[in-house]
Amino acid sequence: MTTTDLLSVFPLLILILWACLVLLLDVFLKRERLTTILTAIGLVVTLGFSISQNNLNLTGFNNMVVVDNFAVYLNIIFLGSGLLAISLAHDYLKRMGINRGEFYVLLMFSISGMMLMAIAADLIVFFLALELLSIPLYVLAAFARPRVESEEAGMKYFLLGAFSGGFVVYGIALVFGATATTNLSGIAARIAEHQADIPLLTIGAALILVGFSFKVAVVPFQMWTPDVYHGAPSAVTAFMAIGAKAAGFAALMRIFVAALPTLSEQITPIIWVLAALTMIVGNIVAVAQSNIKRMLAYSSIAHAGYILMALVSYGQSSVASVSVSAALFYLLSYAVTNFGAWAVVIAVEKAEGKGLALDDYAGIGRKYPALAAAMAIFMLSFTGVPPTLGFVGKFYLFRAVIDGGYIGLAVIGVLTSLISAFYYLRVVVIMYMRDGEPEVRSEPWLNLTTAFTAIATIVLSIFSAPILQWASQAILSAF
Amino acid sequence: MNYLLHPLILVTFFPLLGSLALLFIKPEKKNTIRWVALITSLLTFIFSLLMLAQFNANNPNIQMEIDNPWINVAGWNINFHIGVDGLSILLILLTTLLTPISILSTWTAIDKRVKDFMIFFLLLETGMIGVFIALDLFLFYVFWEFTLVPMYLLIGIWGGPRRIYAAIKFFLYTMAGSILMLLAILWLGIRQGTFSVPELIASGANIPVYIQIWLFLAFAAAFAIKVPMWPLHSWLPDAHVQAPTAGSVILAGVMLKMGTYGFLRFNIPMFPNAAIKLAPWMALFAVIGILYGAAVSYAQKDVKKLVAYSSVSHLGFVMLGLFALNPQGIQGGILQMVNHGLSTGALFLLVGMIYERRHTRDMDAFGGLWKAMPVYGALTLIVTLSSMGLPGLNGFVGEFTILLGSFGSKAIGSPWFAGFAAIGVILAAVYLLFMFQKLFLGPLDKEENKILKDLNAREIITMVPLLILIFWIGLYPKPFFALMAPAVDKLVAALQTAATIAMH
Repeated sequence: MTTTDLLSVFPLLILILWACLVLLLDVFLKRERLTTILTAIGLVVTLGFSISQNNLNLTGFNNMVVVDNFAVYLNIIFLGSGLLAISLAHDYLKRMGINRGEFYVLLMFSISGMMLMAIAADLIVFFLALELLSIPLYVLAAFARPRVESEEAGMKYFLLGAFSGGFVVYGIALVFGATATTNLSGIAARIAEHQADIPLLTIGAALILVGFSFKVAVVPFQMWTPDVYHGAPSAVTAFMAIGAKAAGFAALMRIFVAALPTLSEQITPIIWVLAALTMIVGNIVAVAQSNIKRMLAYSSIAHAGYILMALVSYGQSSVASVSVSAALFYLLSYAVTNFGAWAVVIAVEKAEGKGLALDDYAGIGRKYPALAAAMAIFMLSFTGVPPTLGFVGKFYLFRAVIDGGYIGLAVIGVLTSLISAFYYLRVVVIMYMRDGEPEVRSEPWLNLTTAFTAIATIVLSIFSAPILQWASQAILSAF
Repeated sequence: MNYLLHPLILVTFFPLLGSLALLFIKPEKKNTIRWVALITSLLTFIFSLLMLAQFNANNPNIQMEIDNPWINVAGWNINFHIGVDGLSILLILLTTLLTPISILSTWTAIDKRVKDFMIFFLLLETGMIGVFIALDLFLFYVFWEFTLVPMYLLIGIWGGPRRIYAAIKFFLYTMAGSILMLLAILWLGIRQGTFSVPELIASGANIPVYIQIWLFLAFAAAFAIKVPMWPLHSWLPDAHVQAPTAGSVILAGVMLKMGTYGFLRFNIPMFPNAAIKLAPWMALFAVIGILYGAAVSYAQKDVKKLVAYSSVSHLGFVMLGLFALNPQGIQGGILQMVNHGLSTGALFLLVGMIYERRHTRDMDAFGGLWKAMPVYGALTLIVTLSSMGLPGLNGFVGEFTILLGSFGSKAIGSPWFAGFAAIGVILAAVYLLFMFQKLFLGPLDKEENKILKDLNAREIITMVPLLILIFWIGLYPKPFFALMAPAVDKLVAALQTAATIAMH
């Protein structure tokens, strides 16, 4: 192992060791508050190391990992999501009577899996990362045991996760059979030298696409999403909706853009159909939901469809980098908005799964104007109404799609976002235009998260240039 | 930072500042909130007059321009680009005039959640002015879509019994059009490498005509819904009738103009060949709208609905004038935008006054009001006559110029359109006089109506500026035409150049 190897995985190493240490401390000291603080410190320190890797462009372990700006960008999103998840969780867990230290340790393990996913450059490492991020999430989804919905969520997530993992492994095996390597640069080289078995490779690639489609909740592989999002504790769902999705897209972008652009003729139509289906089904089914968690679950499916749109033109080298940066920007804007929305959901939620119906939001506009304003901002951002991050994200995303020449898909995208306006606005309608006597939890960290994300949603949309600049430099390093 | 004192920045963002200030006032202090909002909007009006003072009417170009890089990374070329010219200045002034008037009209009408109301109202003003000054398509779209949000909340929270339905319908209808425009904006941005409106206008004629037509239609989807052009008008009666009075005034007075302004600022100059090709079709839909709006108005029992449908008819005139594509037609169209804002705004205010007293708008519930409320009657008579285009008042000048322009228009190609539109003028007299007669003439036979109080000083004050302008434009429209004429001439000249290039 060389110094470069060590440097490339250094933040990851720190986080995993820290997680093990916190686990031991938690077992012996049993002080949840301390665990919370230590976890936050661990994430902040790792964040610092991750940022320091910007522009380094390291490769380690014989090209099995690559630390480029793409990876750094995503790692910052993962770690930031972890921090926001802690600020949402620490009061929520206490309130729901599930305040156990493992939560934070599992969170750190899951984040390390995501970070590994972002730097992976070998199909085996992708699989390793997939399992490392998923297994803690299965446990976290069931964290509210003995609540049946939560146990069911964990079980469902585990079974579907194992199932999709099978697709990924089989896909990897076929790709290995076609190219005699699992390394992305190796695969690209084999294809370039015309030494790859293209039909076999295509099937393998399609299977990998299917496997990760489960993770990012793309129709028709989304069936688990509403139940898991609904059953899992809200703080976990908030984290899952960002972390798992961003990690899944990181893998898809890395594998397809870096190794398989030559397959775009076969793969692009599949992605086109998946993206269109996802946007249509996600948005239409969301209209029928009366539970906010299920509505946000379908909305997360729909947003997966929007992000997937960016991948349709992955084979056109001139557009691919624009598409990747648009997808990265969208992930960030979705992360900010999503955490804000979930913070509001957590504030309104009561024990025993109460306070989750849309009707429970009646009257919030009058009684808690600041909270209602924040939620309205998040809903408008999800819809894509300016001046919010969601709008800027969609603007960049649709540009990439039109740039690639897929105007039909762009039209589907805008029309489905019109449908989405209906159900997002319904939340605003209920908050402002119906009377009710809501009771809302007010807790400093929760309020801070809500305020921070709401302000960020507006302000970053007006000053989006630096983030876009950052996202556009976060291109995948060429091999 | 001399930009902070730039007249356009002041006019646009001062209301935003006011709404931020309102955040810090306790909701119980309703009167303080009202005064802060009123003073903010009055100062904005004064700033807009300062802008007018700096405006050089003889210059056909964009003035007071700011063009600063905004998002210039990763191949994007988005600027914070604003400015004003003869096409937009009157509409900005109309907005800054109608906002304080509307706020004054809510003094007693809005009593619940006054703070929220005023915050949304001022935000709306910033959005609307932003639409008229934006010269970058991205910036324009931001303002354009943003105006939906406060108006949606104004209708949905303070509106009538079916307010939620109306608010959602308004939002979804308008957004449906806007997102198609968004795709066209993106296409232009990629293909032409810029979002700057002047640059796109300069290069617009180079786009092949069949693509121009597609782009024209995508932009028209957004604007035609907003205007609204027949057959896309069905959101309008719901929104207008359910909206609170001040909301209706702004909706009719300014927001519908955002649609016609969009045609004038973007569709016609950016896609000149498509505009020339499609002008007869636009004229056809405009004329259908004129006649249809008038016929449906006549069938209404609800006064507010009658006024709402009359907007469909009046805006048809504006569209007919714009697509005459000659100086007279376009000048008449712009002036008619202002006229409609004044007259219909005033009508909505008057309807609101009687609704506040009687809580009904059913015309059968009234009759003989003139005896109980002579001042109210007199004011309504003037505004009604202005709306139906009586010579000497503002409506006549606009409609006459439009008919003149469209009669001789080469682009429309047939005088028949103007002929049928003229029937609309007669129909307007029919339904408006019918309304006036139902409300004010005949015996004062209902007990509730006998005890009605005539207008108070505040209500009269809200009407005075509108009446002054109604007479001013009617008797001496020259300064108004002078403001827009050079810019309109420039636009028409550019159209002719585009047409000749296309022919060769």
